Amino acid sequence: MKANYGYHDGSGDFFITIDSNLCTGCVECISACPADVLEMITDDYDDVVAAVKEEHRKKIKYSCAECKPVDEQPPLPCVSACEPGAIIHSW
Amino acid sequence: MTTEYWRWKEYNWKDPDIDWKEARNITVGVDVGSVSSQAVVMTDGELFAYSNMRTGSDSPESAENALNWALEDTGLTLDDIHYAVGTGYGRINVPFADRAITEIACHGRGANYMYGPTVRTILDMGGQDCKVIQVDEKGKVQEFLMNDKCAAGTGRGMEVFADLLEIPIEEIGELSFQIEEEPEPVSSTCVIFAKTEATGLLRQGWPKNDVLAAYCSAMALRVVALIERVGVEEDFAITGGIAKNAGVVQRLTKQLGLVALEPKHDTQIAGALGGALFAQTLAVKEGRVSA
Repeated sequence: MKANYGYHDGSGDFFITIDSNLCTGCVECISACPADVLEMITDDYDDVVAAVKEEHRKKIKYSCAECKPVDEQPPLPCVSACEPGAIIHSW
Repeated sequence: MTTEYWRWKEYNWKDPDIDWKEARNITVGVDVGSVSSQAVVMTDGELFAYSNMRTGSDSPESAENALNWALEDTGLTLDDIHYAVGTGYGRINVPFADRAITEIACHGRGANYMYGPTVRTILDMGGQDCKVIQVDEKGKVQEFLMNDKCAAGTGRGMEVFADLLEIPIEEIGELSFQIEEEPEPVSSTCVIFAKTEATGLLRQGWPKNDVLAAYCSAMALRVVALIERVGVEEDFAITGGIAKNAGVVQRLTKQLGLVALEPKHDTQIAGALGGALFAQTLAVKEGRVSA
């Protein structure tokens, strides 16, 4: 299952997609995130997978800001840490 | 007292041909949403009864009211129910629920029952959010996206608009087609700015129906952007309160270039229906009823 966490508003689309078919539950992304945005959950189909914490879902643009300086586009820690490539940012 | 045009009708329904006393597996799904709450009772995989009401300020009370109304005149009581699932925003506050399941999973399963196994993409236009869900032939969620940060394109937005233009909410869809020419969509679907824009257009001499058309069209446009982010695979179906508004639905499907499946049941009960279906499986899995 691909879960899109985030929102769409007047300033654009801000979604983090986590593919539970690829996520192995290794928790590497969780320790890699400096803003403590991610957590492990047991989803509705009893898979233990990474997810964006509820309190960050409506402000994800700001929560992720420190990893996204405007003048350069360094690799994102969560995306780099994820070996199977289960995490995608839309912006 | 002034008329409240946004007040949609609350109701309950039951299937008179089903005798629940013969049923082996009786379950309930309760969807406590931000604007409306529904309770659905299922007997051996069949839809038996449901209710649809406005959510009050107290979530547990709203859940209980919805259940009691669905059970009204059926002779069933809470003691006869083998398993209850809570879903929706207030899902963790359903006092009698055995388990809480997200509305995403419940909508997937409910839509699969309502529209049949060919449905792949579901658009749920809820009271205060909008969801796009892709499911497989069993109703299991493959991808989802939810937007609940902004009220534009939601049922509550339409309620506000109904009050602004003093038109009963159920009539908006039909009236929005009684126009000479399809107007440009309004530029902002923002619920707060809707008043400024709508009154501006009326002042310019726009007929009310044209303003309705422009708003329905803007709402459709906005939702199309969300759907396209996930992608549409047919068959396509719409659930939630806005699915009853032809003014939005027809403009939306026209923009997407496809048709939406005809619902077999009330589109607002999809979440609660999915909850009751999950409960049917869980009641067997957890040994509440024999398989």
